[in-house]
Amino acid sequence: MQILVNGEPKELSGQATLADLIAEMELTGKRIAVEINAEIVPRSQHGETALNEGDQVEIVHAIGGG
Amino acid sequence: MTASSNNKDLLTIAGKSYQSRLLVGTGKYKDLEETRLAIEASGAEIVTVAVRRTNIGQNPGEPNLLDVITPDKYTILPNTAGCYTAEDAVRTCRLARELLDGHKLVKLEVLGDQKTLYPDMEETLKAMKTLIADGFDVMVYCNDDPIAAKKLEDMGACAIMPLGSLIGSGLGILNPHNIRIIMESANIPVLVDAGVGTASDAAIAMEMGCEAVLMNTAIAAAKDPVLMASAMRKAIEAGREAYLAGRMPRKKYASASSPLEGLID
Repeated sequence: MQILVNGEPKELSGQATLADLIAEMELTGKRIAVEINAEIVPRSQHGETALNEGDQVEIVHAIGGG
Repeated sequence: MTASSNNKDLLTIAGKSYQSRLLVGTGKYKDLEETRLAIEASGAEIVTVAVRRTNIGQNPGEPNLLDVITPDKYTILPNTAGCYTAEDAVRTCRLARELLDGHKLVKLEVLGDQKTLYPDMEETLKAMKTLIADGFDVMVYCNDDPIAAKKLEDMGACAIMPLGSLIGSGLGILNPHNIRIIMESANIPVLVDAGVGTASDAAIAMEMGCEAVLMNTAIAAAKDPVLMASAMRKAIEAGREAYLAGRMPRKKYASASSPLEGLID
């Protein structure tokens, strides 16, 4: 299954949840916010949210800004 | 007693009170350690951050800004910098709210073009409407147009933040008259956001009666950002105290400070 993560194509083997993707990216427990197809997925729902072919995932964090 | 040590002279934004009237950004620093030191030296309690995509795969162990500027110590003010449409700005605010566990305070800025980073007031007003309906507390970056400022206040902004001059320009407050007109009719805090170049600019904003000043580049782009942060802290305090003290009237001619009586012949 292929999805887009922050605009980059990513290949996932078999079924995966959003929490699995976050773990694979070593972002578990970090201060991030996630959208799938422009809808925010609250942190409490990452474990139960299944990823689907073609999903566009955006993962953001806070950086320096004015 | 100084105004800054006087607990009664507080800045109140969206129901929360602050001792410091200096708000600072976290952009353009050399590294997170310099960011931390400069922000500490500034004494700021409200600190702006930007919301951006995480790196994919690169530097997984990289320290996060919010591990250094922690939400338990500072009021984090996520901005919508880099947004050129109301839609993008609203989306960014919603992501920031999720990122910060339901945090409602945001800095709205919708920009017109990359060369000037001047606010696009049409899009700003559009975003404002959605954000207020969505329950956000919105501090809004705007032009120094008193009519636009009044509209933003009427829509429910918790602070109006007209630019002193263009973002990152360091040109100071180019139209103090408009900022005065905005302050005269505003019932919410008016902050100068953008344009401060050095300490005297910050002091001038405060002497005019601005409730606070928001700055980033003036500190981060100084040769010694930590020292400039300290200078800004003092300038804000000095300007505030001068405003509260009330300046002497301007006179056309001299007025001797030493008594004229008892002069030796």
